[in-house]
Amino acid sequence: MDMSEEVLQQASPGLIPGSGTARAAKPTRLSPSFISWLQAGPMMLVFLAFFLIPLVFVIIVSFWDYNEYQLLPAFSGRGYTDTFEGCIAQLPDLCTIAKTYLKTLKLCFLVWVITLFIGFWVAYFLAFHVKSKTWQMGLSLLCTIPFWTSNVIRMIAWIPLLGRNGLVNSGLVKTGLINHPLEWLLFSEFSVVLALVHLFTFFMVVPIFNSMVRIDKSLIEAAYDAGATGFQTLVNVIIPLAKPGIVIGSIFVITIVMGDFITIGVMGGQQIAAAGKIIETRVNALQFPAAAANAVILLVITFLIITMMSRIVDIKKEL
Amino acid sequence: MKEGRPRSFYVLAIFFAAYTLFLYGPMIAIYVLSFQGPQGGLTFPMNGVSTFWIAKLFQGTGIVDLGAAFRRSLLLGVIVMIVTVVLSVAAGMAFRRKFKAQSILFYSAIASLIVPSIITSLGISLEFRIIDDLIKAHWNENFETSMGLLTSGLGAHLTWTLPFGLLIMFAIFNRFDPRLEEAARDLGATPWQAFRHVVLPIILPSVIGIGLFGFTLSWDELARSSQAIGAVNTLPLDLQGLTTTVTNPDIYALGTIISAVSFAVITLALGTIHMLNKRQAAKGSDAGKGLV
Repeated sequence: MDMSEEVLQQASPGLIPGSGTARAAKPTRLSPSFISWLQAGPMMLVFLAFFLIPLVFVIIVSFWDYNEYQLLPAFSGRGYTDTFEGCIAQLPDLCTIAKTYLKTLKLCFLVWVITLFIGFWVAYFLAFHVKSKTWQMGLSLLCTIPFWTSNVIRMIAWIPLLGRNGLVNSGLVKTGLINHPLEWLLFSEFSVVLALVHLFTFFMVVPIFNSMVRIDKSLIEAAYDAGATGFQTLVNVIIPLAKPGIVIGSIFVITIVMGDFITIGVMGGQQIAAAGKIIETRVNALQFPAAAANAVILLVITFLIITMMSRIVDIKKEL
Repeated sequence: MKEGRPRSFYVLAIFFAAYTLFLYGPMIAIYVLSFQGPQGGLTFPMNGVSTFWIAKLFQGTGIVDLGAAFRRSLLLGVIVMIVTVVLSVAAGMAFRRKFKAQSILFYSAIASLIVPSIITSLGISLEFRIIDDLIKAHWNENFETSMGLLTSGLGAHLTWTLPFGLLIMFAIFNRFDPRLEEAARDLGATPWQAFRHVVLPIILPSVIGIGLFGFTLSWDELARSSQAIGAVNTLPLDLQGLTTTVTNPDIYALGTIISAVSFAVITLALGTIHMLNKRQAAKGSDAGKGLV
């Protein structure tokens, strides 16, 4: 009940229909908390059945045993010991899992830095330089539409550009800059990072833009009036106020890249190992407990990263 | 007089244009290449212009049974869209009041959005395998599987679309004026009437936006479907399967057709939203506009 209604109620009780006695008079009326349950319950059930319980199963199955063709529901640490095989014996050399995670973290870091840079400036342009609401809407939509189209198509779209005989290579050869087509353009770490940036910068742009449009323009004017340069305003006013968006965007990008196996698979020519790809490989070999153990490890690492980042900002307050 | 724009405007405008080109350029390249002549290859230059590769897909001489995958994806997309809209609007309404388990639902949605898709997908597949084993052990030895497009597949897609739906509902009700609804109730409307005749018409454009997210995200979904869809494939899964054996432009043709559906849905949704907004502006309240 808002203020005006409260005042009205005090002035002449019973004036507002549906409040006080009028509401109590209807015996069939459902209680508000019951209605809330009816409204929110179905979504909660979907998350319970298809997200929370499955996560519990991942954790349980990661401690099960397995043979060549089936799950054996008996406690075993084999999923984990298989995963960390050689990690102590091979020291000081790194074992496969450690190498894979290092590689994934490296990809993650590269993609994070690049998407943050692009996302920040795209959002900055939209929020501060585009003055008309119509243009702001139109240009935001322009950035969003690719998000509604297929990721795989946006990956294979690079093939005619980056392939051996692709536009980039043939252009470079024609101009005489190189003699032979560059091999590292496609099915390489380069193309993986390029495709990830291409696909997921959107997840940076949206939250950063959201934070930036909420910044009171008079704060920026005040900074200028107080003699701050453009750069000082950026560092001391805009970036701190856009921080929630930056953190939320970073969480999205980092978790997506940490768990990615499709982009890394398609753009890496199925040759690059990554945290998500191990899980896929184990599933394809029907080694479910090992797959689940890897999923738990990935989950823990992702969770640690998110906890670290959400220390910086209260996510719930920002939505 | 109009003030001149600062130099940073032009620098960033060029940056933005370059980003847009980066976003759309490659996509446009494959749309063009799918109209290669019959002798054409995977890259430029075009070797004639034809609808050969697209026609080839429709003839079904391609590598996969496209028609079936197309219908499956369409069916799943429409169901995911409807369920996402209904559940998101309902849950969004619930969040306007305080209720127990509010934060559990909120954090479930956020977690579902950011837990890597492969983990969710693996979890659903394990859950259904274990259910299958239980059924086989206790009830029916000949039971095949409970995994499928509209069981585990639908659930997997919903874990991806519902968080978006819920977040859009939050955005809607952040700028919704509750006095409109109170006014309706003061005039004697039942809660259902207030929702049906006041709240719903106002939020309808954004609700269509939720539907747009629901359909397009499901239509293109890959990571969550990968382990949880069961024996059959959706269109994006077939497309991904083709990427390992790319030899001729029919993969581009398939990409173009999938995108054509996406763009048709996007246009339809945005057109409807635009129309509704215009109608709201024309027929909406004239409060505060004076008597003249």
